[in-house]
Amino acid sequence: MSASIELPVLKPKDFASDQEVRWCPRCGDYSILAQVKKVLPTLGIPKENFAFISGIGCSSRFPYYMNTYGMHSIHGRAPAVATGLKVTRPELQVWVITGDGDSLSIGGNHFMHMIRRNVDLKVILFNNQIYGLTKGQYSPTSPEGKKTKSTPYGSVDAPLTPISVALGARASFVARSVDVDIKHLCMVLERAAHHKGTAIVEVYQDCNVFNTGAFEFASKKDQKQENCIYLEHGKPLIFGKDKNKGIRLNHLNQPEVVELGKGIEEDDLLFHDEKADDPSLAFLLSQMRYPDSPEPMGVFRAVERPTYDELVNEQVREVTEKQGRGDLEKLFHSGDTWVVE
Amino acid sequence: MPPVDVSTNGLSAVKPCEEVDSVVIRFCGDSGDGMQLVGTQFTNVSAIFGNDVSTLPDFPAEIRAPVGTVGGVSGFQLCFSSTDVLTPGDEVDTLVAMNPAALKTNLGDLKRGGTLIVNEDAFDKSNIAKAGYESNPLDDEALLAGFRVHKVPMTRLTRDAVADLGLSQKEADRCKNFFALGLVFWLYERDPSPTKKWVQEKFAKRPEFIEANLAALKAGSDFGYSTEAFTVHYKVPPAKLPAGKYRKITGNEAIAIGLATAANLSGKDLFYAGYPITPASDILHELSKLKNFGVRTAQVEDEIAAITATVGAAFGGSFAVTASSGPGIALKSEGIGLGIIIELPMVIVNVQRGGPSTGLPTKTEQSDLMMSMFGRNGESPMPIVAAATPADAFDAAREAMRLAVEFMTPVFLLSDGYIANGAEPWLIPDLSKLEPIRFSHLKEPNGEDGKVLPYLRDERLVRPWAIPGTPGLEHRVGGLEKAEETGNVSYDPDNHEHMTKTRAAKIAGIADHIPEQVVEGPESGDLLVISWGGTYGSVRSAVLKAQAAGKSVALAHLRYLNPFPKNLGDIIKRYKKVLVPELNAGQLLYMLRATYLVDAQGLNKIKGKPFLISEVLEAIDKTLAQ
Repeated sequence: MSASIELPVLKPKDFASDQEVRWCPRCGDYSILAQVKKVLPTLGIPKENFAFISGIGCSSRFPYYMNTYGMHSIHGRAPAVATGLKVTRPELQVWVITGDGDSLSIGGNHFMHMIRRNVDLKVILFNNQIYGLTKGQYSPTSPEGKKTKSTPYGSVDAPLTPISVALGARASFVARSVDVDIKHLCMVLERAAHHKGTAIVEVYQDCNVFNTGAFEFASKKDQKQENCIYLEHGKPLIFGKDKNKGIRLNHLNQPEVVELGKGIEEDDLLFHDEKADDPSLAFLLSQMRYPDSPEPMGVFRAVERPTYDELVNEQVREVTEKQGRGDLEKLFHSGDTWVVE
Repeated sequence: MPPVDVSTNGLSAVKPCEEVDSVVIRFCGDSGDGMQLVGTQFTNVSAIFGNDVSTLPDFPAEIRAPVGTVGGVSGFQLCFSSTDVLTPGDEVDTLVAMNPAALKTNLGDLKRGGTLIVNEDAFDKSNIAKAGYESNPLDDEALLAGFRVHKVPMTRLTRDAVADLGLSQKEADRCKNFFALGLVFWLYERDPSPTKKWVQEKFAKRPEFIEANLAALKAGSDFGYSTEAFTVHYKVPPAKLPAGKYRKITGNEAIAIGLATAANLSGKDLFYAGYPITPASDILHELSKLKNFGVRTAQVEDEIAAITATVGAAFGGSFAVTASSGPGIALKSEGIGLGIIIELPMVIVNVQRGGPSTGLPTKTEQSDLMMSMFGRNGESPMPIVAAATPADAFDAAREAMRLAVEFMTPVFLLSDGYIANGAEPWLIPDLSKLEPIRFSHLKEPNGEDGKVLPYLRDERLVRPWAIPGTPGLEHRVGGLEKAEETGNVSYDPDNHEHMTKTRAAKIAGIADHIPEQVVEGPESGDLLVISWGGTYGSVRSAVLKAQAAGKSVALAHLRYLNPFPKNLGDIIKRYKKVLVPELNAGQLLYMLRATYLVDAQGLNKIKGKPFLISEVLEAIDKTLAQ
């Protein structure tokens, strides 16, 4: 056929399943679901080639609400399920839906190995810093001292920073956004969708039942400009309502907040380089956490390296090319054989 | 009789040669002494010569336990025969012991009148003490009475043989296993050419090692020929196996080849995810060589990743497999449950070993049958297929895959450490006679108004396999209970009971699609022996012996443990007594008693070792006499 194949134009509503969405009213998950539905039609991928794989937790109900292929798997294991799917069906775009408990507690191992292998998966990590589905226990990202049902006197656990964990596992793409920051979230999701390799998107998501207000510093209009730095590749780290504050490295190579003017120019500031081979800068940014410092939002790192699914399939192709398609007859008769008359 | 070419002068036949039917040899030594290697070489040479063979490698869990200790002894037993052999043998005819610890742990299995060959150089004070002997056992006449003892200075003779080759002493000493092999080759008139060829290929990059190992091999053989002590040697004529082309195969190899064959013949790629574990790792090793058969293997981060990646691949439409042993299977339970509730095809291979927990990693046991049946949360039945022998594992693997795909369910394939590492001749099948597995993927919506109904079942209660990438069939599956037909999440009480019963009925219905149980022996009588899995060789040998002694005994060896073949209940009723030998505390026994209300008796051994024929025979006699 000479005619080019035209894809039907898809709309967000084409991605809605017939199932009633059953998160709590005003849960941050609604916004994330809405933004994903907005982004998917822009990708030029046929609807049947999307698969959403989730673990367990409130956010992991996500696949039921998407009119795509999907699997609500078991707690913490979505990265492994998705790896099995992606390696065998590399033409699919596979998304992993997970939460802070799912990916960093019970599924920490798979999370780390998915990232170091750089399996081509788009991962949305709904971080609400609480166990919502089990009604309010502290999670591996809850701040120290957090009082919950299982820590009535305050949590004594040191929390993990998901972005630092991901970078430590050699992530090729890591980003952070906030559930209600619609434009920013859409941008980040779109970047993730276009990235080849494991794309980790941490989304600060408000659990308005068990941990409400945890991310007000980053979601409230009047606060976020003062508390967050919106990362842009190649640009200096500037923040504040009046764009008058910035981050520079001091003589110990530690980030410090400085005011622009008064002898400090933009060129003195730290410039963001999401493509740096060395992940040190991205790691340093990931360690900047509110309220100790303003917190970076956006894409921390976006570099290219070969994906696991690609390498596995490439090896199959290479070996087949070199040795020829396997012949069972030959395989049966390999090794020392003998004939009994 | 052709001269044996290990002897330079070709005069080996000058010494008298006795013809015997069947010989059991055990090589044992320190785990670094290369005993598995010489055992394997002797097996290959015997198989190529045309003997029937059966092997039992037996090695410690530690790769290198302290040298010279009892814990570090590694052994390799093989039986080669001019008749059909079913087991590696009860009693050892010839024992090769490379050090005192090996003598200590193995002498008890050498039969009275058997040949004992020891490396007397290894019997120094330190080794004797490490083995727990108070004095040199080679001087203990009472201990060695009744055996034909050959004290051979193997270390010294090996060093002499390789003296001019410029090897270090350590390298020279590593050749002494070939000296021992050469000696035993001479003793049993084996043609060493396959071993010579192997040495040449193995050490192609180190010509000095080729020369050294061949020199040691020849020195061992010459020693047998020229020494007064070895007054006689033996010959085991070729066996009368069914005509055809054979190769030697281990259970792990057979499973790997069987799975690849099942997928290839069906036009499917195979996906295998695994985590290294003894004694299952060789399945991963074998499959990872088969990339040009479209086999994708993934060595993943843990056992849970292995089963869940398998679920993902099955969802994507691949023939998907994972393998492990007991502790790994325990970790996979939740993932297997996911496969069961979603109803996706996959094979889970369990190469059983001694348990619980880490148990006896390198020893065989059949103690995971209950775990296979019931080791998951909720009502979660799944089919169980068991391999009987190393060669049979080829067919068992294909059958497990067939049931998985035809019935959209995870299937357990049970093997064990004995089958996995044991080897036997495999009559290479005629490829054109092997059936592909029938499967189909849903192509278009199967409900009204273009709706897709992923849980709309056929007459066998099997749901369609609709895979991602198919337009119009987008659907969600998951671990939550689902409504019939649509697969949507359902918490409805009646639906849950209905779905639970439906899934169970689907598995039970498989009984209509597997062969009926075959009985070896009289169709009714005094005693029915029911066995399963890797005990086939010993149990069958014992039953044949009892039958030859005129006893009314039959054998039903089960391949299908769930569901049982549908005629099994009727078979059981035709015998006065039922005996169930198992390498566990009575797991099949429990299932048979529960299923058929039969007062069966168990013969249970939990020593990490296979049954001896004599043990089963004794139990048969005892049960008959009761």
